[in-house]
Amino acid sequence: MPNFIMSYLDPKVTVTPGEAGNQFWALIYVLIIFAGVAVAVLCMNWIERKALAHFQVRLGPMRVGPHGLLQPFADAIKLMLKEDIIPAEADQFVFWVAPLIGLLAAFTVYTVIPFGPSEAVSDMNIGILFMLGVSSLGVLGIVVSGWASNSHYPLIGALRSSAQMVSYEVAMGLAVVSAILMTSMNASGTGTLSMIGIVQAQQQQGIWFIFKFFPLGLIAFAIFAIAMVAETNRAPFDLAEAESELTAGYHTEYSGLRWSLFMLAEYAAMIAVSSIAVTLWLGGWMRPFPNLLHAPAWDLIFSLFPGLTFGGLAAITFIEAARMPTQSFFKIQRIGLAVFAALLGFIALFLLLIAVAGRLADAIPALPRILAGLLHVLARFREGIDYVYWFMLKVAVFMYLFIWYRATWPRYRFDQLMKIGWKVMLPISLGLLVVTAIVGVIVS
Amino acid sequence: MNPGLNSALNSGMAPVATPWFFYGLAIVAVVSGVFVITRRNAVHAALALIVALLAVSGLYLMLYAPFVAGVQIIVYAGGIMVLFLFVIMLVNIDRSSKERRFNRMWPVGLAAACALLALFVSAIMKGKALLPDRMMPLPESSNTQQIADLLYGQAGRMGQYTFAFEIASLLLLVAILGAVIMTKKKI
Repeated sequence: MPNFIMSYLDPKVTVTPGEAGNQFWALIYVLIIFAGVAVAVLCMNWIERKALAHFQVRLGPMRVGPHGLLQPFADAIKLMLKEDIIPAEADQFVFWVAPLIGLLAAFTVYTVIPFGPSEAVSDMNIGILFMLGVSSLGVLGIVVSGWASNSHYPLIGALRSSAQMVSYEVAMGLAVVSAILMTSMNASGTGTLSMIGIVQAQQQQGIWFIFKFFPLGLIAFAIFAIAMVAETNRAPFDLAEAESELTAGYHTEYSGLRWSLFMLAEYAAMIAVSSIAVTLWLGGWMRPFPNLLHAPAWDLIFSLFPGLTFGGLAAITFIEAARMPTQSFFKIQRIGLAVFAALLGFIALFLLLIAVAGRLADAIPALPRILAGLLHVLARFREGIDYVYWFMLKVAVFMYLFIWYRATWPRYRFDQLMKIGWKVMLPISLGLLVVTAIVGVIVS
Repeated sequence: MNPGLNSALNSGMAPVATPWFFYGLAIVAVVSGVFVITRRNAVHAALALIVALLAVSGLYLMLYAPFVAGVQIIVYAGGIMVLFLFVIMLVNIDRSSKERRFNRMWPVGLAAACALLALFVSAIMKGKALLPDRMMPLPESSNTQQIADLLYGQAGRMGQYTFAFEIASLLLLVAILGAVIMTKKKI
C-alpha cells in the first residue's frame, strides 16, 4: 500500500492515475476536483450576483460579511434548512431522482477534463465523445423533473428545454468534429479523440485551434460558444426558466436542498462545457506562446503569474479593508476582511516560492541540506500549478462571459431560438465541416 | 520511472475485477429490461430503458470497444430517449395506463423471445468452433481508428463494410425525408 501511494509522487510519472491504474490517486483526484468544483460554484454564485448588480448600477449583496462575501454560505445554510416539499400529485420517485440525474451527468464529465498532461483523473481515448455523451444526459434530469412535478409551468419548461438542447447539440457536435479533424494535421497524420491528445496536438502544431486555418477555427469556436450557452440553459437562451412566462420553468415545484442541487448541476455543467471549449480551441493547459518563448527564463516569468494573481487579489482586499467605514459597527467586518487579505497574501507568497524554489536552491550554494531538499520538493509542484492555473484562467474568462451575456442580452422568443439553431447554426457548422476537411486535405 | 508502475504500464491495464463488473452490469441491464416491459407508466418504462442502455454501454467498454460505448450513450441514451420522453410527456398517462391493451400479440412475442433464447443457448453450447477460443488482444488506443478503417477503408482502398454503411445511411436519409414530407402540408 505505501508503495502504491508513493509510486505516484515520483516526479517522473507523466500519466494520469487512470492510465497508470492507480485507484488510490484516482480517488484523491476525484475528491480534489469535487471539492474544487463545489468551491468554484460558491465563488461563482457570489461573483454572479455582484457583477450582475454592478452591471445594473446596484450594490448587490452587502450585508452578510464585508461586500457580501459570506452571502453564498448564508444561502447554502438557508437552502439546507428549508422545508423540502414534494407536491402531493407529483410522481414521488421520479421527482426525487430527477435532480440527481442532472448532478451526476454534470460531475461525471469531470473525469476526463485535462487540467494538465497528467492532472486529470483519466485519459480516455474517446474523451470528447464521452464528454458530449454524458453532458447530453443532463437534459434527462430537466425533462423528467418537469414531468414529475405534475404541474403546467414545469412541463412547458421541460418541453422547451429538451427541444432546445437536442437542437443545439447537433450544431455543437459538428463544430467539435471540425476541431477533431484539425488534430489529424500533425506529423503522424492520425487524429485523436482523447482530451489530452487534443491539447498535445495543438502543442505539436504550434497553434491554438481557434487560429488554425483562419477563420475556420474561429467560426467553429464561435458556433460552439453560442451552442454551449444554449446547452446550459443560460441567458439569452434560458427559455426553460423564463420567469416572466413560466415562473421558474422546470424547477418551479422544487424547494430547499433539491432546488440547490439543480443550481449546483447548472453551474457544474457551465464549468464543464467551458472546459471543453478551452481544451478544443484555446490550448487547454498551455501557457501563452509555449513554443515561441520557450527559454527557461520565460518559463520562470510565466510561472510567476499564479502568485501574482493571488497577490493582486490580496492587494485589492487590503485596499477595501482600509476603505471600510470607520464606525465601530464595521470593526468586525474590517478585521475579517484583513484576515482574508492576509490569507490570500500567504497563498500568493507560497505560490511565488514554489515558482522560484528550483532556481533558489541552485543559486545559493551555502544553503543547509534540509532546506535545499525542501525547496527541491516544492519545485516539483511548479509545473502542475502552472498547468492548472492557465487552464482555470481560461475557464474563468468563459464563466465571466456567461454573466456578461446574462446582463446584456434580452431573452430570445422560442421560435427565434429554434430558427437560429436549425436554420443558421446547423447549415454553417455543416458547411464548415466540409470546408475544414477540404482545406485539411489540400494542406497535408 | 518507478519499476512497479513501469511494469503495470507495460503489461497494459490490469483488468479490475472483470467478472464482477460483468455480472453487475448484466444484472442491471436485465432487471431494468424487465422493468421496461412491466411498468404501466410509460415514463417509468422509458427511464428503465435508459438505465438498460447505459448498462449495455458499460458492457461495450468491457469488450474494449470504447467508441461503440460512447456512441451508444450519445445516440441512444442522450438523443433517442430524450425524444421518447418528449413524446411520452404529451400523452395523458393516467388514462392510458388504465386502458386495457387492445392487441393480443403477446403469445407471438413470447414465441419469438423463446426462439431467440434457444438460438443464443445453442450458439453458446455448440458453437465452440464458430467462436474464437480467447479474446482478441485489441489495442484499446486504436479502436476508433480500426472502426474507421473498416467503415471507410484506408489509403484509397474501399473498406470491408463501406457499401453496407453507405446503404444504411441512405435508408436513414430516406426515412427522414419521408417523415418531413408526411408532416408538411406544403413543401
